[in-house]
Amino acid sequence: MSIFEYNGSAVVAMVGKNCFAIACDRRLGVQLQTVATDFQRVFKIHDKLYIGLSGLITDVQTLHQRLQFRHKLYHLREERNMKPATFASLVSSILYEKRFGPYLCQPVIAGLDEDAKPFICAMDSLGAKELAKDFVVGGTASESLYGACESMYKPDMEPEELFEVIAQALLSSVDRDCLSGWGGIVYVVSPDQVIVRTLKGRMD
Amino acid sequence: MAYWSPYDNNGGTCVAIAGSEYCVIAADTRLSTGYSILTREHTKMCQLSDKCVLASSGFQADIRALQKNLDARHQIYQHQHNKKMSCPAMAQLLSNTLYYKRFFPYYAFNVLGGLDNEGKGCVFTYDAVGSYERVGYSSQGTGQQLLMPVLDNQLQSASPLLLPSKESATPLSESEAVDLIMDIFASATERDIYTGDAVEIVVVNADGIRREVADLRKD
Amino acid sequence: MVRVEEPAKGGFSFDLCRRNAMLEKQGVHAPKCLKTGTTIVGLIYKDGVILGADTRATEGSIVADKNCEKIHKLAANIYCCGAGTAADTENVTDMVSSQLELHRYATGRNSRVVTALTMLKSHLFRYQGYVSAALVLGGYDVTGPHLHAVYPHGSTDTLPFATMGSGSLAAMAMFESRYKEDMTKEEGMALVAAAICSGIFNDLGSGSNVDLCIITKDGVEFLRNFQQPNPRTYVSKRGYSFAKGHTAILSTKVIPLREQVTIEEGDGMAE
Repeated sequence: MSIFEYNGSAVVAMVGKNCFAIACDRRLGVQLQTVATDFQRVFKIHDKLYIGLSGLITDVQTLHQRLQFRHKLYHLREERNMKPATFASLVSSILYEKRFGPYLCQPVIAGLDEDAKPFICAMDSLGAKELAKDFVVGGTASESLYGACESMYKPDMEPEELFEVIAQALLSSVDRDCLSGWGGIVYVVSPDQVIVRTLKGRMD
Repeated sequence: MAYWSPYDNNGGTCVAIAGSEYCVIAADTRLSTGYSILTREHTKMCQLSDKCVLASSGFQADIRALQKNLDARHQIYQHQHNKKMSCPAMAQLLSNTLYYKRFFPYYAFNVLGGLDNEGKGCVFTYDAVGSYERVGYSSQGTGQQLLMPVLDNQLQSASPLLLPSKESATPLSESEAVDLIMDIFASATERDIYTGDAVEIVVVNADGIRREVADLRKD
Repeated sequence: MVRVEEPAKGGFSFDLCRRNAMLEKQGVHAPKCLKTGTTIVGLIYKDGVILGADTRATEGSIVADKNCEKIHKLAANIYCCGAGTAADTENVTDMVSSQLELHRYATGRNSRVVTALTMLKSHLFRYQGYVSAALVLGGYDVTGPHLHAVYPHGSTDTLPFATMGSGSLAAMAMFESRYKEDMTKEEGMALVAAAICSGIFNDLGSGSNVDLCIITKDGVEFLRNFQQPNPRTYVSKRGYSFAKGHTAILSTKVIPLREQVTIEEGDGMAE
């Protein structure tokens, strides 16, 4: 068994026109037993920067706290928010520091930079950045998500359409993965507002 | 320590979709092992009768042996009964053939598609040791995980738990089903290294069997 | 005592090794990491060096990145193609590139390829092959054009043409049959592109596009996606469109974001 299959997860981020969406499933399990059904793996770093962490929950939470701490330090020193690309480099170096004893999780980062250009990025557990222009995925449902996004994604979507596409991709993918599911939560971030929606999905 | 390992996985993806009066069966034509391509034009499909097509991925040597076995059994059946085997009968025969080798299985993942006795499309999907089920659509092989969510999303099979039970055929027209298959194979080829080169699509309907081939990425 | 975490000073941290080894012992394995299956090549021609790479990154049998960059910049006159574990190639080249920059500040001279080579091999040798980066290093310095192959354990080759990665045999077949000394730029580019394409089409670990980098005495030409021989073959005519409200929703929350106000006129913060 891979360590990813211990808790199970699905995370996906997509780029739209001057906006992005990031979504995750809501299940927390210990192998095949479901422990919580209102769990969240997508965390807010600041208004226009989110990170989704798939993998072993203990490391997800530790890493999130370290990242939040580092961002707060940055904010105190510089009095500004981190750019998404800067934050991605920070995550990458924190992960690579533990090259020979890695945090067992895969981050998915999505953000809007100053001129409202969306930025998305996925990483492996060692911090190798994978910069994409369309979508990135992570977690136990990653293969299903790759397939679903590859077909359903189209460039330059407006926030409402982007929401429908990412929601459909996530829901159809987690239904084919027994370790993730129980609905989902989607953040659609555009320059002037954030829309947070919880999705109704199969509860098995 | 040297040990015996009689199996290999030659990759590839198979899909079948059943409609109310057609069945579309498709598979890519790449045959590979490890990181190398053995050939770019190897059919994974086998026409077992005039209304029944088998698509399989897995270990090619076992698949050929299985196809030969089924062909021979079909010959005998025709001599004994003076008619071609129906698709559901072929499905049962395939299951029995696979289970017969329960403890040294054929390393073959099969999808059987065709028309049933009423002329409706039917798809049967298998595991390696013969457990099978009639479904509206199915896929097998290395790209299975990539394709399945899209098929679910577009073909929305009614849950088997719903009462009264729904038709297992899918709502698309024949041309829409072919279009969907071409698209999901293009998608799978983008992300699965073992799927590619070309997709072979076989359409079975009342008029007979039609075969098309479309190019895929060759990298 | 409260231990306040400070930004890392550099070097690896082995904090989680014991825990991860314990998990491994219990049969829970570490996840697969991003690899570049890769074809990377380089050759020396009349006026300098040409490097080439494919653009596929794989995670097992799945393509994780269809258009990644495998030619890394070490200095203005030195570039390096990386194969192996993506995180290692990326970080090793970044680290050497910053060391070279400091070295230039210290010496006031342009970097030499051998300096980069020594830095790379001593780092890789120190980690006994556990930092799994296989590199093709090329550049043009005061002593002329140079091409080296660097292996994960820290050994190196100095060659007129070199290939690395899972597609190295496919690419080497092209070089062995067609390479000659003192090729023109056009001949060299065509041969490197052919070698990469040979890897792209015949090796499943390599794919997508061809990147080229031409380094001469006068500067560098970086040709990102020089060839794109693998476009998507088919897009559904019907398309996938979902009407608004197609997805079942349990709750919606809309959070307006306050725009950053900039004061363009008037006295801000007057006492």
